[in-house]
Amino acid sequence: MAVDLNMNVLIVDDYQTMLRILRNLLRQLNFKNIDEASDGSEALKKLRAKAFGLVISDWNMEPMTGIQLLREVRADEKLKHIPFVMITAESKSENVIAAKEAGVSNYIVKPFNAETLKGKLISVLGEF
Amino acid sequence: MATDSVDPELATRLQELGREPGGSVKVEEIAEVVEAILTTMQGDLSAVDVRLYEELESLSRFITEAKTDIAALRPDEVKDEFLPKAADELDAIVEATAEATNSIMDAVGEVEEVMSKLKGKNAERLMDATTKIYEACGFQDITGQRITKVVGALQHIEEKVDALLNAFGDEIAKYKAANPKMEEAPVEEAIPADEDLLHGPQKKEAAMSQADIDALLNSFD
Repeated sequence: MAVDLNMNVLIVDDYQTMLRILRNLLRQLNFKNIDEASDGSEALKKLRAKAFGLVISDWNMEPMTGIQLLREVRADEKLKHIPFVMITAESKSENVIAAKEAGVSNYIVKPFNAETLKGKLISVLGEF
Repeated sequence: MATDSVDPELATRLQELGREPGGSVKVEEIAEVVEAILTTMQGDLSAVDVRLYEELESLSRFITEAKTDIAALRPDEVKDEFLPKAADELDAIVEATAEATNSIMDAVGEVEEVMSKLKGKNAERLMDATTKIYEACGFQDITGQRITKVVGALQHIEEKVDALLNAFGDEIAKYKAANPKMEEAPVEEAIPADEDLLHGPQKKEAAMSQADIDALLNSFD
C-alpha cells in the first residue's frame, strides 16, 4: 500500500533548530502535514488530540524524554500502532537496546543526512 | 586509632575528627591537632618518640605550607570569577550558533521558493544543495548538547572548589588581606596594556553597538 504523504507527522525535539531542519527535510520528501512538539509531554497531548501516522522524536528532552514518550505511546491502546522513529545523539548500544525493548520502529543517530532519514522512513512506512 | 597514652581531651578531639566525612575537616583543625600532639610530648623521649616527633613536625610544616600554597592559587577567584565567566561564554556560543543556523535556514527557504519555480536539472541541483545545507545545520544541535555537558562538568568543578573553600575557612581571606591584588588598589587614569585590551567577542548586553562606537568616535572630532 502506498504511503499517504498527507498523513500527520509529529516531530519532537527541544532544539528549535532541529525541528526546523526536520520539517524542511520532511517537506523535501513530500510530507505535507508536519506538526511539532518540544518534549514528550507536549507530544503526548498532541497525539491524543489528533490522529498521527508517524512520530519522529529526539531522546534527550525535559520534562518527558523520548524514551518515556515511546513507552507511553506503546502502552496506549489507541496510539501503540503509530510508527515511532528515534533521532538522537545517544549512540550507545544500551540506548539502542532500551529503545528497541520499548518498541521503537527505527533509530537514527545524529548527525544524520537526508538519505539516512529517507531510508529509515521507507523501512518503517514502505516505499514512497 | 590507639589513643590510650594521649591527653583525654585530645583523644576525644581525634575521635571526633575521625568520624567527620572525608573532605569536610578543615585543614586548620588538622594542623591544630598535630600541634597539640607535639606540645603534649614532654619529658624523656625514646628514639622512636623522637622519630615520631620529627615526622609529626614535618607533617605540621607540610600542612602549613600546603595551606599557603593553595590559598595563593586563589580558589575563591576560580569559583566566583572564572567558572561563571566560562559558563557564560559557552552559553553565548550556543546562542550565536543558533542565530547563525536560523539565518542560514531563512536564506535556504528563499532559495527553495525560487527553486519551486524552476524545472529540470537546475531545480534538482538546487534541491540537492539545499538538502545538504539542512543536513549540515544539524551541527548546532550536536554542539549545543556537547556544550551543555561541558557546563555540567563546570558545575561539578564549582562544587568541588566550594568544598575546598569551606575546608580552608578564613585562610583565603587572610591571604587576600595580606596580598591585595594590584588592580584592587585605586589607580588614577590607568592606561591599559595591550594584553588588557584583548577581551575577545563581547556578550550582546556588554557589547557596544555600531551606533555607540560611531558616536564615541565622533566625540573625538
